[in-house]
Amino acid sequence: MRNKLSWLAAPYVLWMALVVIVPIFLVIFYAFTTANSVELAEMEGGLRGLFSMFTLENFARMGTYTVIFTRSFQLALVATVICFLIGYPLAYVMSREGPGFQRTAMVLLMLPMWVNFLLRTYAWMSILENNGILNNFFEAIGLFSLINAVFGTDIQYFHMIRTQGAVVLGMVYNYLPFMVLPIYSVIVKLDHSLLEAARDLGASTAGVFRKVIFPLSLPGVLSGVTMVFVPSVSTFAISRMMGGNNQMLLGNLIENQFLGGAYNPHLGSAIALVMMIIVVACMWIMNRFGEGEERAVML
Amino acid sequence: MRKTRRAGSRAFMGLVFLFLYAPILLLIIFSFNAGGSNVVWEGFSLRWYQELFQDQRMMNAVYTTLLVSVLATAISTVVGTLTSVGLYGMKKRWREPILSVNNIPVMNADIVTGVSLCIFFVAVIAGWNDLVVDGWNGFVTFLEENFRRTLPRMPELKMGFLTLLLAHLSFDIPYVILNVLPKLRQMDNSLVDAAQDLGCTWPQAFRKVIVPEIKPGIVTGALIAFTMSIDDFVISYFTAGSTSTLSIEIYSMVRRRVSPELNAVSTLLFVVVLALLIIINVREARQEKRASLPLDGR
Repeated sequence: MRNKLSWLAAPYVLWMALVVIVPIFLVIFYAFTTANSVELAEMEGGLRGLFSMFTLENFARMGTYTVIFTRSFQLALVATVICFLIGYPLAYVMSREGPGFQRTAMVLLMLPMWVNFLLRTYAWMSILENNGILNNFFEAIGLFSLINAVFGTDIQYFHMIRTQGAVVLGMVYNYLPFMVLPIYSVIVKLDHSLLEAARDLGASTAGVFRKVIFPLSLPGVLSGVTMVFVPSVSTFAISRMMGGNNQMLLGNLIENQFLGGAYNPHLGSAIALVMMIIVVACMWIMNRFGEGEERAVML
Repeated sequence: MRKTRRAGSRAFMGLVFLFLYAPILLLIIFSFNAGGSNVVWEGFSLRWYQELFQDQRMMNAVYTTLLVSVLATAISTVVGTLTSVGLYGMKKRWREPILSVNNIPVMNADIVTGVSLCIFFVAVIAGWNDLVVDGWNGFVTFLEENFRRTLPRMPELKMGFLTLLLAHLSFDIPYVILNVLPKLRQMDNSLVDAAQDLGCTWPQAFRKVIVPEIKPGIVTGALIAFTMSIDDFVISYFTAGSTSTLSIEIYSMVRRRVSPELNAVSTLLFVVVLALLIIINVREARQEKRASLPLDGR
């Protein structure tokens, strides 16, 4: 009776072809054409027109945006590393607690994720403003007068918002749970007899960690890294809110081509295509070294 | 030695949770601020809640968000469950590639999904407007000019609620499938055969045997789809056209100015989520307790 049921999946297969496959091909088509080249091809017509339609102009134009490309990668990389440095110890420490404590910690970790990320980022804006809460706090404890007295400077506030640091902070704040959850779910499922065996065979606590726990938790680390890096490198809201107009990332560039002032879906598609390749590369690396199923664990 | 290490790890956890919660707590505190600032406390008031409920744009956005999330969840739960049953019956050779395509919306960067759907909708709508709407309206004009008869004209399509709903379906259904399919695989296959041998028709077997077996998967899938929909910003932003969801409204407000109204929104959302999580967790804990009761307790 099993095979008779396969037709139930047919409508969805058709639907996927329409809203998943066709749009991706449209992005590819747009990426390799420009408004001009399409117009020219329509004028020329025929097979020759079809061939002359495709151009690499959009990709050539990307050279102008090297700064944005490097900035996107740098900031996403830094955010991922920070998330790892905070997230791994947190996941490890959490996994050593009692079951009730672990359950509460999990809920506490996931609760902020359900508050809209724009609102969470917005909260940081009023903290980091020049006359924001953090600067007011520094003022109140006399930090600025101390610094001014010691160094003979005249600072009223630390410039925090609209810097790269603020953007990285926004990424870390929003995506830290994405790092902790997969690592935690791998560590918590580790076979305890392995750890005991290592200890019985004379490994120190550090040795057990370095030689047994860490290598076994690598799949979790890899999926955590992907789950932080991909949204970080493609974000446009966080960089817009925390970085203002001077910390544009790839996401902002794409947004600008579709909904912003510089309307050019062809260039936008080309950048989106590059981003898609980045995502595929990340997935490939993850599937290569870890189990692909781990990503579903966090859900 | 051991104790200090434990205290150290607890302190580290405390710091991380402080980092996670301090901003949210600040939002909650300042939502009750009488003044219009997020920094200076000017006394307690419910002014911002009042203004929030009187803000027509905001209320419309909330309504759209809820409507699209509920609709998308309902449709994707039904479609996703039926599709999973179909996929379950399929040969592996066919199922595997379909599942990889199914994973694309889950794994891809949101902005890429949003942009590709945006291009797709623009192209489809342009094609529809050029062919169908223009053709029909031309026909109506022709009738009016030559036969003095008139028919209603077709309006031009635009991106709006419908495209928003379709976009949400495109990323909700995969989550339902990802949660239902594993449950189907865990199900004992002979149960369905037994039901049919005992005279169940296929729809009866589906309703009475399969659905109860995979219910946890369906519920989780629906919950995840709902949270994904209600929380989504990026994909909605590119496909909503002139309609506005709560996230889109928040984004445009944040870009204009800082408004304590947003603090009130955050507080309300936080309270709702907290209540839901507590209910779910208490229920789970109770179920676990019931499951672990010794048998002689009966």
